[in-house]
Amino acid sequence: MTDVAVILVSAILVNNFVLVQFLGLCPFMGVSNKLETAIGMSGATTFVLTLASICSYLVHSWILEPLGLEYLRTIAFILVIAVVVQFAKMFIEKTSPLLYRVLGVFLPLITTNCAVLGVALQNTTKAHNFFESALYGFGAALGFSLVLILFSAMRERLAVADVPAPFKGAAIGMITAGLMSLAFMGFSGLV
Amino acid sequence: MIELIIQYPVLAALLAMVGLSLVFGAVLGFAAVKFKVEGDPIVEQIDSLLPQTQCGQCGHPGCKPYAEGIANGEAINKCPPGGQTTINAIADLLDVEAPTLDEEHGEEKDLPTVAYIREDECIGCTKCIQACPMDAILGAAKQMHTVIIDECTGCDLCVEPCPVDCIDMLPLESTLGEWKWSLPPRSETLALNIIASDRKAHSEASA
Repeated sequence: MTDVAVILVSAILVNNFVLVQFLGLCPFMGVSNKLETAIGMSGATTFVLTLASICSYLVHSWILEPLGLEYLRTIAFILVIAVVVQFAKMFIEKTSPLLYRVLGVFLPLITTNCAVLGVALQNTTKAHNFFESALYGFGAALGFSLVLILFSAMRERLAVADVPAPFKGAAIGMITAGLMSLAFMGFSGLV
Repeated sequence: MIELIIQYPVLAALLAMVGLSLVFGAVLGFAAVKFKVEGDPIVEQIDSLLPQTQCGQCGHPGCKPYAEGIANGEAINKCPPGGQTTINAIADLLDVEAPTLDEEHGEEKDLPTVAYIREDECIGCTKCIQACPMDAILGAAKQMHTVIIDECTGCDLCVEPCPVDCIDMLPLESTLGEWKWSLPPRSETLALNIIASDRKAHSEASA
């Protein structure tokens, strides 16, 4: 039980993928303009990240390891992630057209979300077992969602705030992200 | 079997990647069939070409219903706000001859217009508010009404119901933000041919 808590807290807060490891920054900046899209993106990313870390664990331990092909894991994981994202896209398009409309162009962006590949690769370097891999992926996605939703809520406020002209738009977003990252440094040493 | 493959690392790598690709391809192919989205993409495509004024001059309650109507074989020349450009675009999409605009449904305007209410003549009857498909008219009973210019699509539907005829359709003033350099006139209407061409001489010769 403590193992579960340690992995979750580590993935969500201490080693947060966006603010501490700086992975998955493109959707973090790109999809955070509206709270609604941020929540949709968080849901899709959670789905994809958990599934992708499970699938890449299976591919790694059943195919790559027995054949001594660990050096191929990056390209194999990219393949796995691309398939999982495409599958998720079809699944969402069929089951929730509304969510599909909200996510639209952002769904394929998960393919190039480096957090997804990062989780898969870290699972192999940290020698996680099946359950730990799934949990780490899920925790990473929760951390990503937390940060993305917090950040989009702030950006919605920033959109109406009286920001000095040179800082308007992306600039103030970057500064906010930097301050959030500083705040998350306070969690280091927690686990 | 596995021992045999492991002895040849290149073969093992090839087999593993090809096998993975094949399995994933099969999964995606299955998903494409299983999760196929029903729906008429042609309606969406036609709808995206229509001007989205929701004016109802075609006889349908909005642009989407008209798009469905076109997909079911209705005439494509019933959209005055879109004008000849829209007709040509739809004809291009459906691969049919482009007819000219059906004047019965309204005339095409050269300039985009917006409704303007002469406010001192307005009696506050709210009839134009009820007619407006875009909710672009602001006002209440016995209060003067006014048009929100940004919302108005210039569909003229409010002109007809007004009992005191205080609504004008004025051409939309272009601001610096939307001003565009107008396209150069077509070469055949130019008196002077800038680029030398022997086409005209050739067609005269053959005629």
